[in-house]
Amino acid sequence: MALLEVDRLRIEFPTRRGVLVAVDDISFSIDQGEVLGVVGESGAGKSITGAAIIGLLEPPGQIAHGTIRLQGQQINGLPNEAMRRIRGAKIGVIFQDPLTSLNPLYTIGRQLVQTITTHTDLTTSQARDRAIDLLNEVGIPAAKRRIDSYPHEFSGGMRQRVVIALALCAKPGLIIADEPTTALDVSIQAQIISLLRRLCQEHRTAIMLITHDMGVIAETADRVAVMYAGRIAEIGPLRDVVKNPKHPYTVGLMDSIPVIEEENDELAHIKGAMPGLQEIPLGCSFNPRCPDAFDQCRRERPDLMPTGNPNQVAACWKYDGTTNND
Amino acid sequence: MTDPYQDPLTSSPLLEVRDLSKYFALSSRWLSRIFTRQPRPVLKAIDGLSFQILRGQTFGLVGESGCGKSTVARVIVGLYAPTRGEILFEGQFVNQRNHRFSRASLHSRMQMIFQDPYASLDTRWRVRDIIAEPIRAFKLAQSRAALRNRVAELLLQVGLSPSDGGKYPHEFSGGQRQRISIARAISSNPDFLVCDEPTSALDVSVQAQILNLIKELQRRLGLTYLFISHNLAVVHHISDHVGVMYLGRLCEVAPKRILFSQPQHPYTRMLLDTIPDLSLTGRKRQPVTGEVPNPINPPSGCPFHPRCPVTNERCQVEQPHPGASGESMVACHAVEENRLQ
Repeated sequence: MALLEVDRLRIEFPTRRGVLVAVDDISFSIDQGEVLGVVGESGAGKSITGAAIIGLLEPPGQIAHGTIRLQGQQINGLPNEAMRRIRGAKIGVIFQDPLTSLNPLYTIGRQLVQTITTHTDLTTSQARDRAIDLLNEVGIPAAKRRIDSYPHEFSGGMRQRVVIALALCAKPGLIIADEPTTALDVSIQAQIISLLRRLCQEHRTAIMLITHDMGVIAETADRVAVMYAGRIAEIGPLRDVVKNPKHPYTVGLMDSIPVIEEENDELAHIKGAMPGLQEIPLGCSFNPRCPDAFDQCRRERPDLMPTGNPNQVAACWKYDGTTNND
Repeated sequence: MTDPYQDPLTSSPLLEVRDLSKYFALSSRWLSRIFTRQPRPVLKAIDGLSFQILRGQTFGLVGESGCGKSTVARVIVGLYAPTRGEILFEGQFVNQRNHRFSRASLHSRMQMIFQDPYASLDTRWRVRDIIAEPIRAFKLAQSRAALRNRVAELLLQVGLSPSDGGKYPHEFSGGQRQRISIARAISSNPDFLVCDEPTSALDVSVQAQILNLIKELQRRLGLTYLFISHNLAVVHHISDHVGVMYLGRLCEVAPKRILFSQPQHPYTRMLLDTIPDLSLTGRKRQPVTGEVPNPINPPSGCPFHPRCPVTNERCQVEQPHPGASGESMVACHAVEENRLQ
């Protein structure tokens, strides 16, 4: 059984001018100890999906239908109090900006100890020892001394390590990491990526890694889901999606990333831009930008379908009728 | 010191900076300063930079945040006055007081594109007025009809339609807004554009469009660029020469192909090693250690020595100066002493 199962999730934002569909019927699952990379451009619905899983969807956003199951138990629609206990204990969260996810008025020790005592039976002094262990584990030098520092006394990379320690407090089985390295410099990004990967291997923690940066995904993920305009365009093992993308959007996305090994004068690019939520076209949402679009693409919305590779599915009519036995 | 670009066949430098420095005085309370008898702390945002940009070429400047990249851009276009050093544009000194009256003509030839297309366009102006502002300011159009035609031509040039001129910036996406700022930047027929992280706020598929546009304009209009970015792959794609900055100093300047194939400075090597591996070769890499130190209180000697794998006593006390090594200029004692393999 998968650790997290998302089934036909649809997230809507009712507005005065009609209902905006931010996430439209997406399904995926994450296994224990697996890193699922969710990649897409801004506005594709990646972060909203993450927020829905942890029950922090900002109103007026709401789950219109679909289920989110953690270890087989449905967690969407739970009362706030029950959800609060799951958040932190079973699902840890890492946000993009480490400065806003830490309280500037409390020492990091106080924040860690509070989180640990909330979710476990440890006493305050035991919790403090555990906090120091956690800080050591995420690579904060002189953790014993630094635990009584305030967030502003840390650099950006060190702050993000503290945030990761906070997410690990109650040993959750799943961590939702929303752009965890975007605010950091490249050399710090590399350190945080290897830290996340190490934690994932050592604790069998599953990570849902949300990012716009295909490079981060390539370094971390086991499987990749590519999102476009509120839908999953393609999902499959990292190597297959990166090396042999099936959906025309993924193909264009991979081609538009400049690569050092290649010397070309012009980058391939996808014409136009992703449509806003109020102007999603009929049929496949990618059809106006798609080089391969045909009639059916403009009329009917494709669901994820087999592409010939047993693990890789894509929402594209090109693969209609393809079976995985080919 | 030999000049790595000295080649009589190549074109002359359009822009040259020599020993350029910009210090910021940080105020601390004067009373505590008097009591502790400490001098006013100084942030050396850029310290002793020298490089040239050849006409029609792109010089990429790369480094992590806080290394002084953007300060270089701002000093060159004249938004900050340099603390020390010289800026030469077509061999003419730019930053000397007695040349002040010629600044207007200079500014029409030197323009800048900023990172955030949401912040750099006035939300209350129509796009055609945004683009026309430099033309009006430098009095480059003879009549209103000429102005209108020029704006329409500029919009077409950056891939927008002339009818977009009547709209406001909020009606455009991030990539289109960056096209508008490019149109504004080229509206005064500049020779030289400073691009400060022009694609960092954009999604990758849009980034590719803007990078292609920047390159196409260079071919068509013969523009020279100073291109600043933290993204090595982008710098590699767009540049002819690349300078790597660390804590306000240039560690290495080299032709692009050489910098990326034979990096010499240990910092350049470390940076190149952090580039995510999209071809999934699973190559082993040197683990990155440490962080950029606080620029107010930089390490003694070579600023990179606390993170450097090949540091020795000399690096801790003596600041390295850029010296030629092959086709590159490298500021590193280890390179100079041949301590690197």
